[in-house]
Amino acid sequence: MDNYRNVYVIAEVTDEKKPTEHTLELVGLGKNLAKQTGGKLFALLLGSSLREAAEEISIFGADVTVVDNEKLADYNPLIYFSVVSKFLEKDSSFVVLAGHTSLGEDLLLRLAYSFEVGLVTDCIGIDVENSAGNLVFKRYVYGGNALATQKVRTNTAMSTLRARVGDVPTAAEQKGEVNLAEIEIEEDLAIRVREKEVSLKELNLEDAPVVVSGGRGMAGEEGFAKLEDLASFLNGVVGATRPPVDAGWISPTRQVGITGKIVAPEIYIAVAISGSSQHLSGMGESGTIIAINKDADAYIFKTANYGVVGKWQEVLPAFSDEVKRLLG
Amino acid sequence: MGIHILVCAKLVADPEVPPSSMEVNVEEKRVIVRGASPVISPFDESALEAAIRIKETQEAKITLLTAGRNLSKAVVLKAMATGVDEAIIAEDNALDPALLDSWSTAKILAELAKQAGSFDLILTGRQAADTNAGQVGVGLSYFLNIPAVTVAQKVELADNKVIVERVLPNGFEVVEASTPVLVTVGGELGELRLPNVKSMKAAKQLPQKNFSLNDLQIDVPGQAMVETTELTPPSRERDCVLVEGETQEEAGKYLAQKLREDKII
Repeated sequence: MDNYRNVYVIAEVTDEKKPTEHTLELVGLGKNLAKQTGGKLFALLLGSSLREAAEEISIFGADVTVVDNEKLADYNPLIYFSVVSKFLEKDSSFVVLAGHTSLGEDLLLRLAYSFEVGLVTDCIGIDVENSAGNLVFKRYVYGGNALATQKVRTNTAMSTLRARVGDVPTAAEQKGEVNLAEIEIEEDLAIRVREKEVSLKELNLEDAPVVVSGGRGMAGEEGFAKLEDLASFLNGVVGATRPPVDAGWISPTRQVGITGKIVAPEIYIAVAISGSSQHLSGMGESGTIIAINKDADAYIFKTANYGVVGKWQEVLPAFSDEVKRLLG
Repeated sequence: MGIHILVCAKLVADPEVPPSSMEVNVEEKRVIVRGASPVISPFDESALEAAIRIKETQEAKITLLTAGRNLSKAVVLKAMATGVDEAIIAEDNALDPALLDSWSTAKILAELAKQAGSFDLILTGRQAADTNAGQVGVGLSYFLNIPAVTVAQKVELADNKVIVERVLPNGFEVVEASTPVLVTVGGELGELRLPNVKSMKAAKQLPQKNFSLNDLQIDVPGQAMVETTELTPPSRERDCVLVEGETQEEAGKYLAQKLREDKII
């Protein structure tokens, strides 16, 4: 078959060493692609103490190759690149999928250019085009103001995909194999990671199941404290549009949008956000979108599932109290 | 002798215009931005700012690299006035943004970088405001065979090493790389300073080297890896259930009840 291609998923795990939902979604998508291209589905898992995570991924029918090594505990671009390259070099026709994450984006950029194959980043979907078996990628361009369909010239292709690109698949009839690969890891000196400054207490915006975001209308830090209260009750985190970040009401790491973080939580609550395309293209793939805005004509209501037209100062406290009462 | 920093910057239509001024021409597969003046793509501006901050701490020459067609001289001059010493520009009608992909753009910039002589550091934005692809930086590092570090919020140079704070989802990591090296810069680094009137005037006297594709002897965009086959306006619209009440408080309360009823929460 001309369009024969194996599918490789770059798997990622959480701090608790569980496969991320994003990874499982990619496994689901990859399985579908592999079926249509007549290839096999592989997941590559790099890190340390990952055997359980590998078992969990194999349940969904992917053959998992684990490279379990202390030196892979943290992402180093050149070390990860060299390990993954060693697997791909053995194959001649393949598709590599990774999350559009800090790790996924960095790694696939390096791989795609080094293998000289087409790369499509930040996709919201991939399809196989009828009999020819060409892959068709969908992604936003111009800050979310246009949706592009793209193809690559090479048969082998790579792509980073956003979260919620599909559902977490159901368990496969036949579990995949788990292989432990021993690879000698060179310590590359061209790029060294010296130290990390991360806050482990805080849930990543990208990983949170619920995001409660505020816009310019929140009028200050006090407004964001109210969002924080609701977010923490729902096990979520607070996000923001750009103006509150520029005004210094909230940290830049909380900005949702094409120039900030791209999120797709199960529930996205947009408070006092009008809905610029810049912002919408950073959260438009969320499960359920709930909007509170005083302007009935705000564009956000066109893209939301539920809404209340009203001032947040009136609506939000009553909403939060009732949520707490119902779930308390 | 000081260090040499190359900054790669793309001219784009101002991405901050309201969405209503962006029109998708489905037939030509391009976005027409009405009434927008060209600007340096925002992340590239941050890359230039990073270079200027380094130049404040040590002797450095900054060379600006850009490529495109119908490039605005005023925008290039304004960028140069912030602290650039020289510009190297590829301008050619064949550089049609609708046909160029990241691969071919990186190839052109690699040729321009070769025109710049030896260098220690290349800085560029993490992605452009129009394509949002984020590939050119690492692509360029591949064609020049130098290492790359992505998404910096701080860049410092010392003893032939670059020290980068690389943005992570919940913080940052400090990465060290030997020069020459390419670093892509995120918006976290900060905005580009504004030039003063005096430097705006002086910028006109700064050297610029201009090349056509013929001069550079490269065939682009014939080598694109990725092709856009369709471009449509995004459809994000959902059917919104508007919850109402006698008062706004009541509407808030009913919203919670409705979400519970529909098993959303």
